[in-house]
Amino acid sequence: MSSETKQILTTDGIPLEVSLKKAERKNKIKAFLLVAPLLLFLIITYVFPIGDMLFRSVDDKMVTQMLPKTFKAMENWDGQELPEEEVFAAFHEDFIKLVEDKREGKLSTQLNYTKNGFKSIIKKLRRKSKSFEEGNYKEQIMSVHKRWANVEYWRAIKRRAPEFTGQKYLKGMDMYVNEEGKIVSVEEDRRIHRVLWLRTLEIAFFVTVFCFLMAYPIAHLLATLPMKYSNLLMICVLLPFWTSLLVRTASWMILLQQQGIVNDFFVGIGLVADDNRPEMMYNKTGSYVAMTQILLPFMVLPLYSVMKTISPSLMRAGKSLGGTPFVAFWKVYFPLTIPGIGAGCLLVFILAIGYYITPALVGGASGTLISNQIAFHMKSTLDWSFASAMGLMLLSGVLVIYWLYNKLVGIDNIKLG
Amino acid sequence: MSLKKDFVKFDKVDKSYDGKVLVVKDLQLDIEEGEFVTMLGPSGSGKTTCLMMLAGFETPTNGEIYLDGKAISSIPPHKRGIGMVFQNYALFPHMTVYENLAFPLRVRKIPKDEADKKIDKALSMVSLQGFASRMPGQLSGGQQQRVAVARSLVFDPQLVLMDEPLGALDKNLRESMQYEIKHIHENIGVTVVYVTHDQSEALTMSNRIAVFNDGKVQQLSSPDELYEKPVNSFVAEFIGENNTFVGEVSDISGGKCKVKIANTDILANPISVKGKGEKTKISLRPERALINPSDQMDNIHSGKIEEVIYHGDHTRVRINLLGNNQFILKVPNSSANLDIKLGKDIKIGWNSEDARALDPS
Repeated sequence: MSSETKQILTTDGIPLEVSLKKAERKNKIKAFLLVAPLLLFLIITYVFPIGDMLFRSVDDKMVTQMLPKTFKAMENWDGQELPEEEVFAAFHEDFIKLVEDKREGKLSTQLNYTKNGFKSIIKKLRRKSKSFEEGNYKEQIMSVHKRWANVEYWRAIKRRAPEFTGQKYLKGMDMYVNEEGKIVSVEEDRRIHRVLWLRTLEIAFFVTVFCFLMAYPIAHLLATLPMKYSNLLMICVLLPFWTSLLVRTASWMILLQQQGIVNDFFVGIGLVADDNRPEMMYNKTGSYVAMTQILLPFMVLPLYSVMKTISPSLMRAGKSLGGTPFVAFWKVYFPLTIPGIGAGCLLVFILAIGYYITPALVGGASGTLISNQIAFHMKSTLDWSFASAMGLMLLSGVLVIYWLYNKLVGIDNIKLG
Repeated sequence: MSLKKDFVKFDKVDKSYDGKVLVVKDLQLDIEEGEFVTMLGPSGSGKTTCLMMLAGFETPTNGEIYLDGKAISSIPPHKRGIGMVFQNYALFPHMTVYENLAFPLRVRKIPKDEADKKIDKALSMVSLQGFASRMPGQLSGGQQQRVAVARSLVFDPQLVLMDEPLGALDKNLRESMQYEIKHIHENIGVTVVYVTHDQSEALTMSNRIAVFNDGKVQQLSSPDELYEKPVNSFVAEFIGENNTFVGEVSDISGGKCKVKIANTDILANPISVKGKGEKTKISLRPERALINPSDQMDNIHSGKIEEVIYHGDHTRVRINLLGNNQFILKVPNSSANLDIKLGKDIKIGWNSEDARALDPS
């Protein structure tokens, strides 16, 4: 701004900006009140749960609260040699309190997660601690079991001191913190999550590709057909939306099973032998087929809405200027549909990456996704913090894809309708 | 170099979309090389269909179209080499002005330096130098229009089609663009087929105008002839302003005819009437009828002024004349004509050759 710019005043001498703010304040308050219920709803149903999830996934206060004095005493311990008497005394004090509350079992479970072998020595300690004499706890505890005299077990206890931990995230990546405090992968035959992550990405990617390949011609047809046909076609596209997801998945089960309609048809036309019917369900194929069909409208609609705005005279112009139909399509029409392609692909990919019911029903063992694993931990193992950690990893994965898309294509290029 | 008389030739072309209605009926039209021909007509008259058939986006149901002596019905649009300007410009919105203009050159595999020269030339032709790197969305309507014209000309086509190219512009811009397109046509001598429903546009720009109605060419002639000598009452009413009288021929002799209107006989020029008793519609241009006529005029009648509308340079006067209360006069704004007042009776006269007795429809 140049130094000559003067403050503009209204006819009453009030600065224009002040006057404008005053005039618009009422409208702004009105507008805010209108969106306030929705904002509140979003905060309660979206921001809170996600915040809670984030908290749960890193929360490790349990052990911290069980052994408060021990961890306090351990603060000055360098972890090289066995700790001093004061640590043992503090541990004893905490432990007696836990035994009084009957919570020493939980402590043994938690410490056992960190290092195997805690369960039995804590049980033994509980029995022996009843006859402990006052003073010199170090000697007395160490005499309970030789592991209590092993510095590694004390180090394991110290590792549980922080209130927050990232170990659930490491577990989600099939990694853990070993005794030396280094992050390492679990043995190869015990890795389950990495396979699932990769499979989730793979299935989501291919479902997106299949959806795109099928939706592009459909959307083009929708956008160019005369109204009376395009309406009918639109209903066909939207019909799946009006049917329950479960029903649609179940009907795919009827179609795809080994004695199902598709296999019967293949046998009928002699494509496959009756005793050699291919398995099209309870594997990746089932997930691909059912998810592609279910997610197809999410690709068709953004594409359609973009194609609808492309004037047919552009293709004509391309042709009249000498471009073959293919050149006119590739150089003129296709680039103009990129916002729709971006929106559709992003939508389908993000939906596919978190898909749950369909893979659970038709995916079998080799077609399940990471979300099924999350559900498993939510419902069966009740390890909610681990489920939260994986949920958040999924969420951040989606955000990374969103960010990548923004870098590559530009998010303002997106067009959903 | 002699110019071909039938550079573009529509030969007995019919077009129907649904097999029930003919949109274009038995079209016979020759366009000379280097000519600016306008297809003019109300919407639904078949003019755009004709253009689309010429461009190759529609196929004739019957008949054949020839371009430079070659039948083109079986040639796809991209091989016809015809430039086209579309109604809403149809600029490629994701390409810069330069890329838009380079498109027809690139598909023709013209080397880059040569293409750049052609693009420069085309842009300077429409006075848009320095706009090459803009996106179409950053241009005003008139500028987009000029880019569209430049793009249709940049690959040196022999024929350029324009489909109501000025329809989306405001009045002033439309007029200046009319002259600009006309000058470009004069400078490079390309053949232009122009479609519009705006008659003043057609009259200003064209060498010849084909007036379309109901799928047929009603009249194909130069603008002045079209205005001065319409061959039927549709053309007379469609082009310019027109006063009409409906009556019956009572006498016809010596290149003049007498037409009985409201118990009065008026003299007219028999164009499409042959004998006595025929019904006819007489067409008379408002500017051909004068107030305070001289005695040489062979039609002098008096009427009552019903409405006076001031237009600055002239005054429009509505008169009840011979039972027609929609008779319009254009009176030039001069001190001699100051006594025009509502309700006054005035004398009006015209020459019988300007009153054209046409078909009664």
